[in-house]
Order: sequence, then C-alpha cells, then structure tokens
Amino acid sequence: MIVAEQKPFEEIRRMITPYERVLILGCGTCMTVCDAGGEREVSFLHNALRLAQARSGDVAHTFSEYTLKRQCDPEFLELLPEKVADVDVVLSLGCGIGVQAIAESFPEMPVLPGVNTSFMGMTKESGVWDERCAACGDCRLEDTAGICPITRCTKGILNGPCAGTKKGKCEANKDMDCAWILIYQRLERLQQLDKMRRYYPPRNFRTIPRPRRIVTKAAVVTGEGDG
Amino acid sequence: MANSSFEEKLGSNKFVVTTEVGPPKSVDISEMVHHIELLKDKVDAINITDHQSSVMRFPSLGGALLVKELGGEPVLQMTCRDRNRLALQADLLMAYSRGITNVLCLTGDSVDVGDHKEAKPVFDLDSVQLLKMIRTLESGTDMGGNELKAAPRFCIGATVHPEADFVEPQLVKFDKKVAAGAQFFQTQGIFDLASLRRFMQYASQFNVKILAGIIVLSSAGMARYMNNNVPGIIVSQTIIDELAAVEKGKGLQKGIEIAARMIKTIKEEKLCHGVHIMAVGNERVVPGILEAAELVNA
Repeated sequence: MIVAEQKPFEEIRRMITPYERVLILGCGTCMTVCDAGGEREVSFLHNALRLAQARSGDVAHTFSEYTLKRQCDPEFLELLPEKVADVDVVLSLGCGIGVQAIAESFPEMPVLPGVNTSFMGMTKESGVWDERCAACGDCRLEDTAGICPITRCTKGILNGPCAGTKKGKCEANKDMDCAWILIYQRLERLQQLDKMRRYYPPRNFRTIPRPRRIVTKAAVVTGEGDG
Repeated sequence: MANSSFEEKLGSNKFVVTTEVGPPKSVDISEMVHHIELLKDKVDAINITDHQSSVMRFPSLGGALLVKELGGEPVLQMTCRDRNRLALQADLLMAYSRGITNVLCLTGDSVDVGDHKEAKPVFDLDSVQLLKMIRTLESGTDMGGNELKAAPRFCIGATVHPEADFVEPQLVKFDKKVAAGAQFFQTQGIFDLASLRRFMQYASQFNVKILAGIIVLSSAGMARYMNNNVPGIIVSQTIIDELAAVEKGKGLQKGIEIAARMIKTIKEEKLCHGVHIMAVGNERVVPGILEAAELVNA
C-alpha cells in the first residue's frame, strides 16, 4: 500500500490561509491504513484546526469534512460534487495520486495536499511501516531472493554489497539492515548463491519514462503456442 | 603492452607503492601541489580521491591532471555517486586524452555520510558495472552501442574489503570485479595482517595485483571515530590499544610507526604485491613512513 505522513500542522494552517470554506477530504484506503488521512485523521484535523482558529481569535475559516472510499478512482467520486459545491478549497488527505485525481475532476477548485506521500510499503508492526517497493517497472526479485536492492539498498546497487556495511547494517543508517547482506543470507539459505555471483548489467531507465501509463491487456491471456 | 608506468610496475615483480592525495575544498590548490611534489618521485602512483566521504571538493579529474602536469603518475579515483553513465564516460574520454590512464573504480560512499546530505544520489552504475563500462569503451563503443572514433585504453582497478566483519559477500563482489576486468586492487584499510593473509590465500588464484591499504592513524580517538563514522573501516582493538598507550601529542608518531611496521612485514613476508598508503590529511608524513619502512623508491 501507499504510506504517507500528515504534513506539519503549521504548514497546513499556512496553506489554507487564503481560503474561507475548507473541505477536509479523507481517503478510505491506504491513507486510512497508515493513519495519515482516513476518517479518524480527518476528524482530528478538523477539530484541531477549529480549536487553533478559536484560540487565535481570528474566525477566518469554516470547515467541513468528508471521507471518500478511494480518492484515486473516479468510481468513488460520485458524491463529491455536492460536497465541493459550497467550498473554496479542498484540503485532501489522500496520497499524491488522490490530490491529483481530485484536481483533475474539479478544474476550477484549488486542491491542497494535507499529507506527504512517502513510499510503497508494508506494515511492520502496529504504527510502523517499512518501504519495500520502488515501482521501478523492472522487477528482479527473482534474482535477489525476494528482497529488493533497489528499494532497500540506499545506493540501489545491483552486484552485491558495498564496503560500507558493518554488522549487517547500512553505512547510511546504522539502524537499517544492509539489503545485500540480507540477500546473501537468504540466497544461501535457499541454496541459490549462484544468483549472487551473476553479473547484473546497469538498469534500463527507459522502462520508466515518466509519467507511466498501463493499459490492460486482453482479459483472456493467450498462452504460447495458442495458435 | 603496458599503458602507463604504473601498469608496467604492476606487471613486474616490484613491490608497488601507491598513496593518495585528497583535493581541497578550495580554489587554492597550493597545498595539493605541495603534497604531489613531495610524493611524486617517492611512490609508483598517486591516487586522487573523488569527493572522499561524500564531501564536496576540487574534483579528482582536476587533481589527476595536476599530478600529470607535475610529472607524476596519477590514479584517477572515480565513484558512481555523482555522475550518470553519460558523465562518467565523458570524463573517461577527457582523462585518456590528457594521459590519465589509471582508474580506480568505486561505487562511492553514501551521500548521507557527507556534507551535502540533501543531494540526489546518482548510482546509475555500480563499481562492477563501471569496470565493465571501461572495457566496453576500450572495445571502441560507448554504453549506448555507438562507435567511438578512437578508443581509449586504461589500467583499471577496484577496492576490496578483506577485513569486513562478514567477508563472504565481499569476496563474491571481488570475484565479479575480477571478471569485469579489474587488474589491480587497493584494499580498504588493513589493521590485522592475519586477515590479509587469509584474503591472499583466496585472492592468489586470480591474476590480479593486490595492494594492501594502509591507513595512517593519528590517535585512538581518530580510530574510534573512523570505526563509527567512516564506511569500510574497522580498526582492530589491538591497534586502538597501542595508540591509546602513548602520551598525548605522540599519537601520529605512533601511527607512523604502526604503518611502517605493517608495510615492512607485508614486504618482507611477500604477503601481497604492494601497499597503498592513505594518510587522510597527513600526506606530509608519507615520506617518513616510506623511510621507516625502508622503502625508498628508486
């Protein structure tokens, strides 16, 4: 899933300054799971903004809140025109994709990002998420025992560890495991160290001319030799 | 046929001695010039570091050019941290055109350990791919498969870490560097000759020259700092204790003595093909080390 962190409160207050009526828009999918912008966070932020405004004595804004099932999918935007009709700005707590989907759907409406979208990751434990995929478009997990060196090695190198690894940790961050030590150990366990010994050529960055688009192939997959 | 005097010496049975000079964070290069002049006739080649520890400085290509201009033999250190494949290839063409033909290929330290932590880390290639790329240029084509009107020829090397706390993955990488075309290796700092002996038992099966990395320490504090902060360095406790035992202000002298002692043993016992002395900012003491190690270059 996509993992994000809510922006600092003061940054959010600064962004909304020019606008009177603010819709705080949550997202019910990834942002809910990573506690950055689901229904609960929308409600907390709504209360915090109201409280801060009351304390400052300057009643510049009115707030409303709503949480979509998914901001990145037009299918779920149906009820939104009604909510957006009476506001001056949408403060989206969706990921960067959500913010842009809302902006594309409402050409006249300013949309502000309420979170910093960080990475694609997994839940490590309650409240802890770890990055696992860089969406490079050229998956090589087959060769690296299911551990991604592009994401988990700070240098994203492909032919084994650099000399900076100490006690199994990364030179850039002593709390972070060296991806290549993990890969070596797991390949060894799987009796596939020959994969470590192979030469891997430089990455082909042409697989990721940005922005990328994927068009679904025919629903029926035709196998080899299928006429 | 040897392409440089350094390559020629690597091919002989001579005990090869190299050292390094770090460029300054300045446009005033007088100290670097002084260090090069001090060392150029005493060693077989001088490495010029490439933004060592990811700290922005005068470039290694400029430093190598200076060595050449001053009549020395440069080894151009080249990391993959700051340049993509276009820039790396271009710099190699430039280097060759100016007579710089020895290249040490490195992945490069992480940007996070340096003084521009917010910079974009490039790492378009890694050290193994850089070695291969140089061999590709030599064959007359660039990485895009396009013909070069004239091809360069280099003597290329890499690093290896015999004292890594988990050495097996490092040895796999060493094999890949050999296969990619490395002719010589300048090792990461050696502090325990037993690990060098073990490594050489392994490395001697390959037709490559190994120069043991000797880091000149100036105090126990520096050794501990390096252990905690400098990638690829693990100073043994024995050496730290030896440095800690001397009175304040005598640390560097002790460091020189340790370096000279190690070099002497390596040479006498023919543990490997030579040494690479890294004085990290204390370049001026290198001649003294050579003298103490009874290594005065003819």
